[in-house]
Amino acid sequence: MSGVRVLVGTRKGAFILSSDGKRGQWAVSGPHFAGWEIYHLKGSPANPDRLYASQSSGWFGQVIQRSDDGGKTWEPVGNKFTYDGIAGTHQWYDGTPHPWEFKRVWHLEPSLTDPDAVYAGAEDAALFRSTDGGQNWEELSGLRGHGSGPHWQPGAGGMCLHTILLDPADPRRIFVAISAAGAFRTDDGGRTWRPINRGLKSGSIPNPDAEVGHCVHRLAMHRSRPAVLFMQKHWAVMRSDDAADSWREVSGNLPTDFGFAIDVHAHEPETVYVVPIKSDSEHYPPDGKLRVYRSRTGGNEWEALTNGLPQRDCYVNVLRDAMAVDSLDSCGIYFGTTGGQVYVSADGGDRWDPIVRDLPAVLSVEVQTFA
Amino acid sequence: MIRIGLPPHLRTLARVDGEVRVDVDGQVTQRTVLDALEARYPVLRGTIRDHVTLRRRPFVRFFACEQDLSHEPPDLPLPDAVAAEAEPFLVIGAIAGG
Repeated sequence: MSGVRVLVGTRKGAFILSSDGKRGQWAVSGPHFAGWEIYHLKGSPANPDRLYASQSSGWFGQVIQRSDDGGKTWEPVGNKFTYDGIAGTHQWYDGTPHPWEFKRVWHLEPSLTDPDAVYAGAEDAALFRSTDGGQNWEELSGLRGHGSGPHWQPGAGGMCLHTILLDPADPRRIFVAISAAGAFRTDDGGRTWRPINRGLKSGSIPNPDAEVGHCVHRLAMHRSRPAVLFMQKHWAVMRSDDAADSWREVSGNLPTDFGFAIDVHAHEPETVYVVPIKSDSEHYPPDGKLRVYRSRTGGNEWEALTNGLPQRDCYVNVLRDAMAVDSLDSCGIYFGTTGGQVYVSADGGDRWDPIVRDLPAVLSVEVQTFA
Repeated sequence: MIRIGLPPHLRTLARVDGEVRVDVDGQVTQRTVLDALEARYPVLRGTIRDHVTLRRRPFVRFFACEQDLSHEPPDLPLPDAVAAEAEPFLVIGAIAGG
């Protein structure tokens, strides 16, 4: 029987929401790791029972948890994230050099083919990899060491590596994004990296066309077309058709082009979803109306999706890792809010329903599909 | 044996109830007590002190015998009452945040 498992990371624990393919009735499991911040949890595409979770706390630091039974039970694995060699410095908010310091893992990206291989995106920005199921971690230091690292600066939420996209067609190619350094790509499995920010314009930095320094909030890709990428930047929704060698703006008729989350329909590579947020100082939807915007044209032309979403007095945010899609025949779209709601649309965005309404602030949403 | 009181989140992580007890060879100091604790419960590595520098995490404090020992050198002997098992060595999550 078909079904879905939604993995939700929140400020105070993880929750697992399960349903059959109709996505109308839900079982809620959790909180797992109660009281800890769960920035992200995600399942292995190669073994759906293998899950990884990033558990962290300002008091007790970073823990990585692993499950081999779909989240019923968990085991702590390795939590030693050490920067390779001399960590060096990046820029602090005031422009002075600041030592690289590990704070937490924002995102875990399991390998597409090996359940024991997983990547971790860290704050302060770095990419780590484990090939033994999370027991040991090594930094792919070519990213920080490619040359621009000393010029990276944190965004308001910290200097985090928050997006990791693995190219399904080329196991050597990985895309990552860092706030507020920009996007980077490796074509040799993580040994060497280069910035991929041409075409981005950020009016708030001294050189709006700079090679690095752009606050990229999120990247998204359709697995059938890995050279086409979509980006929600601090301001502006962008698109690339050349594996991020260049970008062009596709914000079009959005009511505001600020936002965090972006994703692509599972079966329609030109159908893209964003949640416009009013501004960088007002982290809530315009006019108190929670609206997902859908483009069926790969950007520029957007329609508001409102059916089932609050259209008055709504002042929540939808964070960068808090949107996901399933791959059932009728593609399901999911997102979580800082108000603790997780919404599902089982029909590609036409109709929305809350799965849960009162969780802690949602940091991340991932979906596993069982055909 | 040395008695150690852990904060609730670390008890959950280590899967223990109440105080834990560890054997310490030689002098009883913060360092030797925490070394013994982490050897017995490896999951606690990195949660009380940094993996590499072994410095106390900023929002973790050490108390014993109604004294705050957080800023004492890690190799200073702990109070005799801790070594004699009369008092626990307390690892505390600082009152900070929400």
